[in-house]
Amino acid sequence: MDITLKVNGRPEQFSAQPNELLVERLRDGLGLTGTKVGCDTGQCGSCVVRLDGRSVKSCLVLTAAAAGSEVATIEGVTTPGGELSGLQEALRQEHGTQCGFCTPGMVMALGELVDSTAGGAAPTEPEIREWLTGNLCRCTGYHSVVRGVQRACAATRAEAPAGLPEAGTVAASTAAGQEV
Amino acid sequence: MTAVTGDAPAVGGGVLGQPLDSREDPQLLRGEATYVADIDLPGTAHMAILGSPVAHAKILSIQTKAAEQLPGVLKVATAADFTDVMPLPCIWIPGGVESHFPPHPYGLPGARPVLTGDTVRHVGDPIAVVVAETPRQAAAALAAIAVEYEPLPVVTRADEALADGAPQLHEAVPGNLNAYWTCGDKDRTDAAIAGAEVTVELDLVNQRTINSPIEPRGAVGDYNAATGEYTLYATTQGPHNHRFLLSALVLGIPFNKLRVIAPTVGGSFGTKGYLYPDMALVLLLSKALGRPVKWVDTRTGLMNSTVQGRDHRQHVTLAGTRDGRITAVRCTSYANLGAYPSTIGPGVATALMGRSISGMYDIDAAFCEVYAAFTNTVSLGAQRGSGRAEAAFLMERLVDRYASEIGMDPAAVRRKNLVPKEKFPYDNGLGWTYDSGNYQLNFDKAIELSGYADMPARKAEARTRGKRLGVGLATYVAICGVGPSTRMSQEGMLGGTWESANIRVHPTGEVTVTVGSASTGQSHGTVFAQVAADELGIDPDTVQVLEGDTQKAPYGQGTYGSRSYSMAAPAVALTARKIKGKLVRAGAVFLGVPEDKVVYAGGKVYEEGNEENTKTFAELAMAMWYGWGLPPEIEPALDETTHFDPPDFNYPFGTHVAVVEIDELTGETEVVAYTAVDDAGNIGNPKIVHGQIEGSIVHGLGQALMEIAEYDENGLLVSADLGHYALPRAADVPFFTLDKTVTPSPHNPLGAKGAGEIATVPPAAAVVNAVVDALADLGVRHIDMPVTPEKVWRRLRGESQ
Repeated sequence: MDITLKVNGRPEQFSAQPNELLVERLRDGLGLTGTKVGCDTGQCGSCVVRLDGRSVKSCLVLTAAAAGSEVATIEGVTTPGGELSGLQEALRQEHGTQCGFCTPGMVMALGELVDSTAGGAAPTEPEIREWLTGNLCRCTGYHSVVRGVQRACAATRAEAPAGLPEAGTVAASTAAGQEV
Repeated sequence: MTAVTGDAPAVGGGVLGQPLDSREDPQLLRGEATYVADIDLPGTAHMAILGSPVAHAKILSIQTKAAEQLPGVLKVATAADFTDVMPLPCIWIPGGVESHFPPHPYGLPGARPVLTGDTVRHVGDPIAVVVAETPRQAAAALAAIAVEYEPLPVVTRADEALADGAPQLHEAVPGNLNAYWTCGDKDRTDAAIAGAEVTVELDLVNQRTINSPIEPRGAVGDYNAATGEYTLYATTQGPHNHRFLLSALVLGIPFNKLRVIAPTVGGSFGTKGYLYPDMALVLLLSKALGRPVKWVDTRTGLMNSTVQGRDHRQHVTLAGTRDGRITAVRCTSYANLGAYPSTIGPGVATALMGRSISGMYDIDAAFCEVYAAFTNTVSLGAQRGSGRAEAAFLMERLVDRYASEIGMDPAAVRRKNLVPKEKFPYDNGLGWTYDSGNYQLNFDKAIELSGYADMPARKAEARTRGKRLGVGLATYVAICGVGPSTRMSQEGMLGGTWESANIRVHPTGEVTVTVGSASTGQSHGTVFAQVAADELGIDPDTVQVLEGDTQKAPYGQGTYGSRSYSMAAPAVALTARKIKGKLVRAGAVFLGVPEDKVVYAGGKVYEEGNEENTKTFAELAMAMWYGWGLPPEIEPALDETTHFDPPDFNYPFGTHVAVVEIDELTGETEVVAYTAVDDAGNIGNPKIVHGQIEGSIVHGLGQALMEIAEYDENGLLVSADLGHYALPRAADVPFFTLDKTVTPSPHNPLGAKGAGEIATVPPAAAVVNAVVDALADLGVRHIDMPVTPEKVWRRLRGESQ
């Protein structure tokens, strides 16, 4: 079947089998290998992309079901070798990655959280952890990722218009995980 | 070979020891790193593997014709196609080989063939492969292969496999016993236990777990007919080791015709150091088809084929005095090796576990015996903290049991029995000699930091909320820095376990460091650059680090057992010192002063007392490259290599304190606070180690709370996907309180000890101790892992285990 998608702002037209998964199209069809396959069953979150702004597991979405949508993958977050986004930079500063295999999915899933709370109330630590339950990481134990989100949200809020509440929880939570 | 003994010097106050940001992170965060699944060579064909759906059966026939005729299928192969390929060797044979000319491992009883032809021995045992134009075509064709099985009886537990009348796995291994292995002094231990004032005993199940790196395994084979050379891209944590095993021991092709490349590897935790059939198959099929052949595993495939961990059933005994002095410890363990001996699985199940059982305690008599048995399950291998975590679990459970028996505080019992500082180096009587330690300092720090003294008040407060609060302690010693090659040969390891590094200084003053180790997510590029930059007094940003490609890197065993920073990094430091030494000799020529008047500091050489007479590192690099005016005894260029084989292992240690709350209504256990004080000697990059410690603890918590590889009575792995095998998620853990003590190891020039996985060793014991503490007033004396809500709920209602 003939499908049209907009991927990272670029229109793509191709023919797909009805049972083709979006992650297969992205990785094998379009060569966007930043999106990873870790579990095949929607458990690990390594394949998260954003579909019309919402983070989804692309191993659970048929390409056909995504027809006409806008897909954002990790490749669209920055230009190759380019400046990191605010979230990526915060994760870098907190070393929120080790082997990096789950990282693109984390960035895409957490991007929605950071975007959706920008300028509003900062997510609490339990809220961040809850948001992250769709993404498995076996290296970091999640702590550095949570700290990265706290840092990213704080940075977003620092740039937000004056008058909004401050990110008071961030410093205290970060201090709980002292550096070895 | 270089050996360094004596007191390690302090790490030089430059960039080493600083929490530099990981230079690997930006590529990973942009999704730009290349993992095996991302490799797309022109003309690649795709391989899928047919694994056995039954745990034990004779194969009566395999029909492949229908599969061969399906669209896109290029080849279907079975064991009959690979009769000249040797089985996959096991290179860690417990008991030791004690020979400079190790026996050829081809004949090892029970070794796994690349494809199984006659008898399948576990679900997932590879029977056939399909190569097709696309991965989907290859996977679809598997369903068209018809295999006729004659079922055989199944056994999945080590103790049951050793019983009379048990199903037999290998004709060459009667009774399924791979090894009976012992360490320590049996007579002395038995006597101490027989005459003890107090003895306590426990029956423990250290359940089988699955490491589950988020990246499944994969392999790409690329044979070049023009040159006769093979290239293997693989998810490996030891590319040199895999090159050796595959070329010399399995395929029989010249060593220098095989190149192994580890691209970015998405986690391993022990599992990707093993030799698997797929690695050989992609190479053989690439040659057969004249095209690159690629295979990427599925999650369920991984769970049925990649080595699993732990899996001991133990009877353990501790003896002591009424006033809290431990006098003996004894362990009888039944270890489940799975269906075939994996590359080093038998060594993990024996030496790594048994020699560690006495932990941080000064005990007069200790003995461990292990019966390592074959069963109809996936082969056993290493898991983060392998062997040492199993040892810490049994010892720390025993100490709590003992404390409860004599009515003493568990912290007081531990404090009383720690090996005193003045006893190092300390022979633990089980085969290890601990290099250095200050256990009292470490222990006291953890007790203080965790607020241990406040626990009674916290318990009372929790009860007002319908929660039972429990506190659990665990200490550990982890053997790391594997290893001294001769020592490892005595343990039965077939192969040198040294590590090497090369440093090449380019004419422009930039530096390339190449190491034999290979990262699976430990930021080697950052840390090894710090080591070289610190020694040479240069900017780490000018130091490039290469590894993971056998054609570019010097030999090395790779990353396992938390050894890279205490094995490869010392090799880098010693190589940098060779470079410095040469620059001092050459500096004498360039500065026109005697050698003993040349000072090397801050990335330059200068005349002692006259810093005006100086040459910078970049100037020296260029001058050495030109080579003009050098005396004959000084070769031009700066290119040095070191092979580092330490005099002995190193022994990190630590104390962890878990605080849990159990919900009276649901039986749910929540870890509400966790304090860890670890000692990894001198640390190269605290930011990176901090992340590894955090991840390690969560890994250990996973075993305590939720992880279990569960086989049913037919040998089917019930938990074969991440919907059935629970891994800790972000909401399952709180932030931890972490600190460290620093006791440098005398066995390497950096004073380093292993770090990456050490914090996985104690959490399971700490959590189970905490849970038992929370339930103690109900008469609960032990609870098996994983501590699921249902299990606890039943205990809360008075059911026995």
